[in-house]
Amino acid sequence: MTLELFLLLAAALFCVGLFGALTQQSIVMLMMGLELMLGGVILAAAAAWHYIAPAASEGQVLIVVAVTAMALEMAIGFAVVTALFRSREIDMTDMAAELKE
Amino acid sequence: MDVAVFWVLAVLAVAGAVMVFRFDSMARATFSLLASLLCVGGLVVLLGLDYLGIVIVLMMTIEMAIMAVFMVMYMMNPAGLMPMTMIHNKKGAAVVCGLVFALLAAGILLAPWPARRGKAPADPTMELGMSLMGPQMLTMMTLGMALFATIVATVVLATRRGRYDRFGDDLRARRADDPVRGGVGR
Repeated sequence: MTLELFLLLAAALFCVGLFGALTQQSIVMLMMGLELMLGGVILAAAAAWHYIAPAASEGQVLIVVAVTAMALEMAIGFAVVTALFRSREIDMTDMAAELKE
Repeated sequence: MDVAVFWVLAVLAVAGAVMVFRFDSMARATFSLLASLLCVGGLVVLLGLDYLGIVIVLMMTIEMAIMAVFMVMYMMNPAGLMPMTMIHNKKGAAVVCGLVFALLAAGILLAPWPARRGKAPADPTMELGMSLMGPQMLTMMTLGMALFATIVATVVLATRRGRYDRFGDDLRARRADDPVRGGVGR
């Protein structure tokens, strides 16, 4: 196991998540893509901590920040879906984009 | 042993991630995402961060359970009884993602990574706690405020009746118009 292997895996997760976030029309599925992207970021941060600077605790703090960002994204995402669904009965990004017209 | 665990978790993580967007059933997609993120948690444990790995595992389990409930609430096809594709711009997105991955991989393989400096502390969890309660206190407080703001924002977004419903369009009503009377002085 090397740093490069872990980072390549993280990049793969990030790109699969990016693909989902770009293609999915359903807002909940789009959020799953964002979760995957953040999962890649967490893995990359953990690998960097372990292979580059294990003595520095800031690497661990970075992971805590990323995990918190994941939770916040999820909570706000569901709140927005709930608000959209309540007012317009929609759950797809394309329909939400039509609202401004 | 570690190498074998790494490869198993890595393959499962990427396979789970890919399957999220291939399953017809929303519930299956959610659990596929859960499997992928659990593997990420396992890899974090493998890297020596036991506490953070376990936190990720626990958090993702709860989060995906909640997500499954929301899926069933909002989506038209929770059980996957009929095939469906709800995607747009598949080709463009694939090109973008391929380019991003190529760029990241080139950077990863070409960058002169510094040699490992220092030694991992005997107890990384202790180190993290001392850091969050010491020099990184500002980070911790910022995260706390962000979480609190999220609680307020989610309640405001998700509530059925806003202040305009209760106090009129110009917010000048003397008494709140609530379906059930009660509360302090109302």
